[in-house]
Amino acid sequence: MLGTTNGHRPRQRRAAYPARYSAFGLLRRGLTHQEWPPAWRQHPLRSSYDVVIIGAGVHGLAAAYYLAANHGITDVAVLDQGYLGSGGSGRNTAILRSNYLTPEGVRFYDRSIQLYRGLAADLDFNVMFSQRGHLTLAHSDASLRTMRWRAEVNKVQGVDSEVISPAEIKRLAPFLDVTEQARYPVLGALWHPPGGIIRHDAVVWGYARGADARGVHIHQNTEVTGIDVAGGRVRGVRTGRGDIATGVVLNATAGWSTLISDMAGVAMPIQTFPLQAAVTEPVRPFLSTVIVSGTLHVYVSQTDRGELVFGASVDPFTSYAMRGSLEFIEGLAGHVLELMPALTKVRVLRQWAGLCDMTPDFSPVMGRTPVDGFLVDAGWGTYGFKAGPVSGEAMAECIASGQTPEIISAFGLQRFGEGVLVGEKGAAAVGH
Amino acid sequence: MVKGWLMILLPCAWCGPRDASEFQHVGESAARPDPRTATPQQWRAYLYLRANPCGWTTETWYHRMGCRRFLTVQRHTETNEIR
Repeated sequence: MLGTTNGHRPRQRRAAYPARYSAFGLLRRGLTHQEWPPAWRQHPLRSSYDVVIIGAGVHGLAAAYYLAANHGITDVAVLDQGYLGSGGSGRNTAILRSNYLTPEGVRFYDRSIQLYRGLAADLDFNVMFSQRGHLTLAHSDASLRTMRWRAEVNKVQGVDSEVISPAEIKRLAPFLDVTEQARYPVLGALWHPPGGIIRHDAVVWGYARGADARGVHIHQNTEVTGIDVAGGRVRGVRTGRGDIATGVVLNATAGWSTLISDMAGVAMPIQTFPLQAAVTEPVRPFLSTVIVSGTLHVYVSQTDRGELVFGASVDPFTSYAMRGSLEFIEGLAGHVLELMPALTKVRVLRQWAGLCDMTPDFSPVMGRTPVDGFLVDAGWGTYGFKAGPVSGEAMAECIASGQTPEIISAFGLQRFGEGVLVGEKGAAAVGH
Repeated sequence: MVKGWLMILLPCAWCGPRDASEFQHVGESAARPDPRTATPQQWRAYLYLRANPCGWTTETWYHRMGCRRFLTVQRHTETNEIR
């Protein structure tokens, strides 16, 4: 299936429910004040499903959607302990890019960008993907060397990336301090035009609506309390609302993924770190690209509403606490002002944290495990949202065919036993 | 008051309770297998696999900006309480 649809799906295969969103529909409902129908339905929890997906974020819902849309498997339940997108899918900074370091990584994330480009049409849901370009700043000779390496790997894979000079950076982002007097002078940048930002909630809701329309059951507030394994095979899932018999379980729970894998007796090389982000009050549009600085541990973009969204590297210790800290916001403010001194008067509206399931090599853990029928889509660390569509597509194919698709073959759990890691730290970590 | 809401104070045996930002998180201390007898699988498990509990955990911290001693504390990973 890979490469055939390129994110677009013929219109005749669209399900009858729900009604299509259109400009005419918007006008009609605006004039008649009619209520919008819910975008997805509530169902009673059945005692058996063909496939149970744990985690109703972008990864779990995308897998459910592609199972139904690409493979016709619709007896699927998606469970979440909270509400849709309450984990990392609603807490990330919504940056999409594919300028990674390893050929395996670049191919994989580029497929995701392709799917994202066609997603609004595919899902009939406005996901507000804005391909505004992505700048990764180099403040040292070593990071400039890594940028050149990444640019060359990207070009070989057909991904648009190039190293540009401070003068060109100044043209793209006039508010950036590229003078030589800065504490960390900007020596160059990796310019990646296909990168951009997206409305992350809309992606989650769009996938939920598309999966629900094709017969998938979405169960919110349904916490998984145990996984039944007998004879090396998955037999069922126990939840707070009742037990489910199933032969296939997909763990797509990001920060909580080791807790779920422990229930099935699968050890994973993952540790959970909080990652904090912050948003400012809205200001007039002045920043048209996404700007990342590894040395200064910061990335920033301006939303369509004018707010500046900031992110940083993960907190310095493992935790499941999603709280903000004063140290983070102090450090962030200093680093942002280092890059853009004009922002001194801009006020921060709020800060929050999400959980990142970090792997030793900054690449995900995907595919089958030693327990038959228990699949993982985890280890998403700080780069999970941008991989949502391709992960869903690949995991759906993995479930439907029983074979590991080629695009994720490098990311298997067995690589840690075999010692064949996919080192992406140079392109995935902010602080390196 | 919400538990874990205030700053995290670590009980350094030498300096007394100090803010966690002075420390470096070392994490779970894994027992190192004997390199002469360990299989590659055992060695890689030692390198990569860590318990990642949501609850009380025993871990090592290093008082980097203080007395430079290592200390072992019990911390709840969901509330960040120390005991």
